[in-house]
Amino acid sequence: MQPARTMRRYRRRTFVNRFMLILTVGSTGVALIPLVLILSYVFQQGIGAWGVEFFTDTYRPVSMGEGSIQTGGVLHAIVGTLIIVGVALLLAMPIGVMAGIYLAEYPGNRSATIIRFCTDVLTAMPSIVVGVTAYILIVQRTQQFSALAGSIALVVLMVPIITRTTEEMLRLVPEASREAAIALGAPKWWTTLTVVIPMAFSGIVTGILLALARAAGETAPLLVTVLGNNNLAYSIFEPMQALPLLAYRYTEQPFAEVNEQAWGAALLLVVIVLITNITVRLATRKRLSR
Amino acid sequence: MVNAQNQRQYIRMPEDQPAHLTIESLAAYYGNHMAIEPTSLTIPRQQVTAIIGPSGCGKSTLLRSLNRLHETLPGARNEGHVWLEGEDIFAPEIDPIIVRRRIGMVFQQPNPLRARSISQNVAIGLELDGASRVECDEAVERSLKLTALWDEVKDRLHEPAIELSGGQQQRLCLARSLAVEPEVILMDEPASALDPIATLRIEELVKDLVSEYTIVIVTHNMQQAGRVSDNTVFMTLGDYGAGVVAEAGPTSEIFTTPLNSRTEDYITGRYG
Repeated sequence: MQPARTMRRYRRRTFVNRFMLILTVGSTGVALIPLVLILSYVFQQGIGAWGVEFFTDTYRPVSMGEGSIQTGGVLHAIVGTLIIVGVALLLAMPIGVMAGIYLAEYPGNRSATIIRFCTDVLTAMPSIVVGVTAYILIVQRTQQFSALAGSIALVVLMVPIITRTTEEMLRLVPEASREAAIALGAPKWWTTLTVVIPMAFSGIVTGILLALARAAGETAPLLVTVLGNNNLAYSIFEPMQALPLLAYRYTEQPFAEVNEQAWGAALLLVVIVLITNITVRLATRKRLSR
Repeated sequence: MVNAQNQRQYIRMPEDQPAHLTIESLAAYYGNHMAIEPTSLTIPRQQVTAIIGPSGCGKSTLLRSLNRLHETLPGARNEGHVWLEGEDIFAPEIDPIIVRRRIGMVFQQPNPLRARSISQNVAIGLELDGASRVECDEAVERSLKLTALWDEVKDRLHEPAIELSGGQQQRLCLARSLAVEPEVILMDEPASALDPIATLRIEELVKDLVSEYTIVIVTHNMQQAGRVSDNTVFMTLGDYGAGVVAEAGPTSEIFTTPLNSRTEDYITGRYG
C-alpha cells in the first residue's frame, strides 16, 4: 500500500489535472459559440434571398404598390468583387512573394530587419486607415472613385500577409537542401527558384489564399475608394460594386426585401471565405503528409 | 601540460604522388572567431585522404573551405589559398560556382531534394547547365551505375527520392555529385547516419571511385579511416581554440608510427 501522504498528493494531482481539462474544453466551447451562431444566423437570414435571380440579375429599384416585387440580384457585386480582388491579387502576389524571398534568403542584411518590422506594423494597420490614404492619394488626385483605387488599398493589406507567410515557409526549408544545390555549383537565384520555392510552394499558396480571404471581406477601404455602383461595371477606372460594400449599403435601406439581399450577400461572402479556408486546410494537410 | 613537441605540425604527405589540391596558409573564420589556424597541406591526386580528429576541431570547416561552401554561412570567411592544378580557388576573379563544379561534395545527412524524383535528383546539376533530355538520361544511368544504385532503382526513377532508404539516399547524393563530373569529391562523414551494411557499401564505393577521382573524407571513425584512406590528416584544437592540423601523412605511417604524441593518444583512444 502507498503511504497516506502519497495518496493524498496523488488525488490532488488528478483533481488539478481534471479541473484544468474542464477549463480548457469549456473555453474552447465558448470560443466556438460565436462562430456557430454567426454561421447559422447568416445562413438562416441569407438563404431566403438566394435564387436564380440573385446570382444572374443586378440591382432593381423596389417597385411599390404592385403585387409582385422585383428585387433583382447581386451579380454586379459578385463581378465587382471578382475584379477588385483579382486585380489586387495580381499586384500583391508578385510583390509579397518576392519580398518574402528577399527576407528569407538574404537575411544578413540590416534593411531586412527594418522591412520585417514595417511589414509587421502594416499587418496590424486598421484597414480604414489604408482606405482613407488611398482616397487622399488616388481618388482625390484623379477626381474619380475607381475599382483600381480599391484594389490598391487591398494590395497594401495583402502584401504584408503574403510576405510574412512566404518568409516563414521558406525558412522551414532545411539548409541542407540549399547546400545540396550550392555544392553542385548552382547560383543563388537558381537554388532559390528550383530547389527552395518548390519545397515551400504549398505553404506560399496558403499565405496567398489567406490574404485573398481577408481582402475579399474588407469593407472599410472599399467604402471610400470604389464607392459602389448599382449597375454592372467592368472598367477598373470607374466606381464598382462589391459584396461586402453591397451588404453594408443594403442594410441601410428601409425595404425588407433589400435588407434580405444584404443577408444573402453576407452569406455568399461567408461561403467564399469558408471555401478558401477549406482549400487552405487541404493544401496544408497534403504538405504535412509529404 | 603543454608539451612543446605537441605544438609542431608533422606533415609528411607522399612526395611521389602529384598534388591535386595544395592548401597554403588556409584559415577559416566565423565572424571574429578563428575556426582553423593557417594550415598548409597537399592533397594527393587519385588517393583517398581522410581527415580525423575529435569533435569541434574544424574537420568539416576545413572540408567545406575546399569548395568554398564555408563562406556561404553568415559571417563566415576564409583566408589563404587553395591551389587546384595551379589555379587559386580563392582568387578574386574565380567564381565559387566554377570551383564547386570541379570539387563535388557529399554531406553527413543524406540530402536528396524532397520535391524531386530519383532521376531528377541526379540530373539537377546537368539541368543547371541546360543539358538535353538525352544527356541527362545518360548521366543519370552512368552515375547511378557508378554508385551501384542503378539495379535497385532503375524501375522507379520517377518516384520521389525520399522513398529510398538512408543508405540508398546517400548513394543517390554521391551519384548526384558524380553526374557533373567533378575532379575532387569531398565527403563530410558520409556514413555516420547509416547502418553498418550501408556504411560498408559507401566505403567500397570510395575505394572504387578513387581510381578516377581525388577523394577527401572527414570521418569520426578511425577504423573507417584505416580501411579506406591512403593518407590521414589528424586535426586537433590548438592553443587559441582554433582547429589545427597536428599531423598528416600516409595512413600506414600515421597509424603505426605517429610522430605527434597527441596523434598517438587519439588513435589509441586516450584522447578525443
